[in-house]
Amino acid sequence: MTREAITRRAALLGAMGTGGLILSGCDRLSNNQTFQRMLASAEKLNLTGQRLVLNSSAPLAREYQKSDISRVFKANGTVRPDGEAYRKLAFAQFETWKLEIGGLVNKPLSLSLEDLKAMPSRTQITRHDCVEGWSAIGEWTGVPLSTLLNQAELKPNARYILFRCADDLIGSRDGSGLYYESIDLVDAFHPQTIMAHTMNEKPLPIEHGAPLRLRVERQLGYKMAKYVMRIEAVEEFSKIGLGKGGFWEDRGYEWYAGI
Amino acid sequence: MVFAQETIEEPPAPRTRSGKELIYRHTFFVRLAHWVNVLCVVLLLMSGLQIFNAHAMLHWGIKGAETDPSILSIYAEEQVEGPPIGWTQIGSAKFNTTGWLGVFRDRDGFLSGRAFPYWLTIPSYQNLAEGRRWHFFFAWLFALNGFAYLIYGFAGRHFRRDLAPTRYDLKHIGHSILDHLKLKHPRGEAAKRYNVLQKLTYVAVIFILLPLMILTGLTMSPGVDATAHWLLDVFGGRQSARTIHFITASLLVLFILVHLIEVLLSGVFNELRSMITGWFAVRPEDPAAQKLDERIKQRIRP
Repeated sequence: MTREAITRRAALLGAMGTGGLILSGCDRLSNNQTFQRMLASAEKLNLTGQRLVLNSSAPLAREYQKSDISRVFKANGTVRPDGEAYRKLAFAQFETWKLEIGGLVNKPLSLSLEDLKAMPSRTQITRHDCVEGWSAIGEWTGVPLSTLLNQAELKPNARYILFRCADDLIGSRDGSGLYYESIDLVDAFHPQTIMAHTMNEKPLPIEHGAPLRLRVERQLGYKMAKYVMRIEAVEEFSKIGLGKGGFWEDRGYEWYAGI
Repeated sequence: MVFAQETIEEPPAPRTRSGKELIYRHTFFVRLAHWVNVLCVVLLLMSGLQIFNAHAMLHWGIKGAETDPSILSIYAEEQVEGPPIGWTQIGSAKFNTTGWLGVFRDRDGFLSGRAFPYWLTIPSYQNLAEGRRWHFFFAWLFALNGFAYLIYGFAGRHFRRDLAPTRYDLKHIGHSILDHLKLKHPRGEAAKRYNVLQKLTYVAVIFILLPLMILTGLTMSPGVDATAHWLLDVFGGRQSARTIHFITASLLVLFILVHLIEVLLSGVFNELRSMITGWFAVRPEDPAAQKLDERIKQRIRP
């Protein structure tokens, strides 16, 4: 009996010790490079797993009814970019703004908001899922990214589409904090991937990325760059920013945000 | 049915030093799957709370954010004077949970305004990106382990032999409930099998709760939703799926608590040994009951 009593106490102490060990151990592991790489390997599984089913048939994200649209669509991240250049653009109602399309393309383009609005568009009511966990539903109208890329004619070595934005979430002076994002060609040519200039039938508001934002409906919100100034076709993104393919990716989030 | 006609001429069963009969209760594969699952579930629960903290609200339906109605919400309310208050709102009820949820003293001793406290989350500090990495890595391990266990359970007849309740079991469920209420643990022959409540609980955890965790987890993925719209229909939308994910996780915590209490009550050493080495010591029949049993047998004998 004594032996069992001791074992019981030992087990309790052991359990408590393990609890403490889990806590401090996990923090230490969380800051260990090798362990981080091991954890990050799951991202490749997420990407490969989802691409196995997403690539072949290009299924569409669910589209909703007008009555489903969120009364308040939460604006996250930057809600009004700082800086003289953007302020001037906004003051002029973005009439002076031009979307540049360049990089690995045969025909670089420079398009005004008016040009974009005159192009064939797609309207979709979709669910926006933030990495934080909340969802909001909105109606978006814009030019399919595939239309723009086909016009610009991608060079054969183009593998990613990069979006350079006007907002600087960390307020850096040297531009190292400027928001940017990248997607691969599977998502870039998906029919629901659009450059939206209109939200809920009104010009895209500043808090949601005026004059133009990306919609990639099968990924999380942070992929959908707001305040897009320039679209660039690139072969790789390891030398851009901190090399992870996006503002949040450079700060620890996964490049593939389908989950 | 090889298992029904158990061998009659068996070599004497191994015994503990104190003379208790030892039976080989858990096969190697079940033990391995159990401990991999322990690791995964603990880390998934804790990294899950880290993820929850990034939006400490639960909604029902297809959408839901800060300004939308919520079923559960944990938040800090700053005061003009004095320290902030931690509130937990469930439905229309609101509880002051300062010190535990919403507002608590962080590791460094300073007040923090997160939902679940540092000692319940991985990492202990607020970092959604790291929490997600832990979560997805161990979610894959958990799913692969669970899948292998399912195959083994069916192919190796573990489910049929050990977990499926028999008709006899179900008929005597009242008896089993009474035993549980009296915290009476089976001895002798009865201790060699799981009792009916145990079987039903394990079946519910293995075939309902754990698969629900995976399915509701997948429903939160915009990528998976695109290819499997039916998931959204089954769970009533992404925010409902998130809520069900949380409720199911809570039920798992409840199961783990009861499971651990039962392990404590029925003998930590023996239970741990059986889940590590496979060998489980059977407590002999109650002497009084045994005597009665013998007397009955003698009466029956002419």
